Amino acid sequence: MPFNTPTSPHQLAPTSITRVMVMVMLALVPGIIAYVWFFGWGVVINICIALVTALSCEALILKLRQRPVVPALSDGSAALTAILIALTLPPLSPWWITVIGVAFAIIIAKQLYGGLGFNPFNPAMVGYVMLLISFPREMTSWIPPSALADNSLDFLETTMFILFHVLPDGVTFDALTEATPLDSLKTHLALGNTVDEVRAQLGLDEETSRVLSVIPIFGAIGGKGWEWVGGGFLLGGLWLIYKKIISWHIPVAMLGSLLVISSIFYLIDPEHYATPMFHLFSGAAMLGAFFIATDPVTAAASNRGKIIYGCGIGIFTYVIRTWGGYPDAVAFAVLLLNMCTPLIDHYFKSSVFGHKKG
Amino acid sequence: MANSSYNELTYNGLWKNNVALVQVLGLCPLLAVTTTTVNGIGLGIATALTLVLSNVTVSLIRNSVRPEIRIPVFVLIIASFVTAIELAMNAYFYDLYKILGIFIPLIVTNCAILGRAEAFASKNAMVPSFIDGLMMGVGFTAILVLLGAIRELLGQGTLFSHAHLMFGEAAEWMTITVIDDYNGFLLAVLPPGAFIGLGLLIALKNLIDLRAQKKAAQTATATPVETNTSSTVTTTG
Repeated sequence: MPFNTPTSPHQLAPTSITRVMVMVMLALVPGIIAYVWFFGWGVVINICIALVTALSCEALILKLRQRPVVPALSDGSAALTAILIALTLPPLSPWWITVIGVAFAIIIAKQLYGGLGFNPFNPAMVGYVMLLISFPREMTSWIPPSALADNSLDFLETTMFILFHVLPDGVTFDALTEATPLDSLKTHLALGNTVDEVRAQLGLDEETSRVLSVIPIFGAIGGKGWEWVGGGFLLGGLWLIYKKIISWHIPVAMLGSLLVISSIFYLIDPEHYATPMFHLFSGAAMLGAFFIATDPVTAAASNRGKIIYGCGIGIFTYVIRTWGGYPDAVAFAVLLLNMCTPLIDHYFKSSVFGHKKG
Repeated sequence: MANSSYNELTYNGLWKNNVALVQVLGLCPLLAVTTTTVNGIGLGIATALTLVLSNVTVSLIRNSVRPEIRIPVFVLIIASFVTAIELAMNAYFYDLYKILGIFIPLIVTNCAILGRAEAFASKNAMVPSFIDGLMMGVGFTAILVLLGAIRELLGQGTLFSHAHLMFGEAAEWMTITVIDDYNGFLLAVLPPGAFIGLGLLIALKNLIDLRAQKKAAQTATATPVETNTSSTVTTTG
């Protein structure tokens, strides 16, 4: 029988899956605002499409598996997966990209393994990686931050484009899109240019760049616009740590190892390796460190295990970004370390209460 | 042997004990070559032919081979047939031979073939062994073709592309472009697509079995029948 907890000294922390998920979603808000500010309304529309898809897929599979639908839907885990995928997609992705990615994440990566708590891989990253290797063209067509764009779409035009692939007259899709800073850095380094040359070429002040018709995509420390989005996620992540929703181990280990390894290579050869700050504030590093790698289901459980897990993600992120075939690598690094999680948990068990700390 | 046992051999080979879906044997070629329907047909026929020939031969010599050395003998027999088939394909289906490449000689190591030789042909007469080999081969081919078709359809929006490799120039008409101007769902063509596709096919087979079982249980509610679930062998190779 259930015992009611008597008054005072016992204070219950009102922790439930729903509360954790809602807090994480709230923590994403600063990043999303920065995102909308720099990259337009596309991300909001993507989030809406992703939410609808995720909830319907979850409901469908739960019904097929004859499990209670409402409790699982209201825990918010499917919604969080949907939002995370939408944040990793290019803002002007056609609607079917979002739908396929989210459906794959929820159905294949989450529910087929047994639902929340049983999935060995982070569903959002499985969905994203599936899209990246299946539709490389759509997945790399990013738009430049609005401050740099010649054409930017308003809310209605963005909706029309995402849903029906219709652009306003006189605007072509190619004119709207642009490689990401990580992507163009990789391309230019592969062509034999040095980082400074790339920065000089792509980071020119506006007038010169208009003349040379190149767009300055590098900001003060990271990619232009990207550094603010990263900062927004950093802010939200720190709030989550303050609220004790996530522990500090994974983000610190991941960002720390990324910082250390990129500093080493930057100090050895600043010509060919980007600055450590560029690595921290570009791509998905901040989002990954605070919101993706910290997924309690797929991450290592003990504190020492979490540090190893986080370091692994940071190192693999740098290795794949620098020498691999894809510009950004947080998703691949997270999936690789998801695979190692059982091994890490085997060797670094949490100490049992009442026993010596191990 | 009675007719009913041939029916049972057929049912076993095609469905209940299907090489790909239930025994999950021969995964390496199954996953590697099924990027198109025609590849699936080509490798499926080569494998089925090997199965039939090796089953027949093994059953004919089953009484004159000492059990201590039976495995090397079976492997020798299988390898001889595979070599013959490989040379024949090299001669008559050169382009297909080039596409399938290493996977034709690798039929030797397909556990399904040695498995049938050991589990069935070495204990049964020639005719049942022939039927068993044929049905196991057809069952395997069917899954190769089905998986190939699914992956080709999702991956490039066509069916039976490069049909001329298998059936000659006259078969160009067989290529069906199902979706025009299709960018392709690359995952389906890549190795993970094969694993996911096979997994879904196995799930579908289990679902159909489960439905049939439920139906049978419903019709026979008066006398509770012990439902015998098909035994799943999880050896891979």
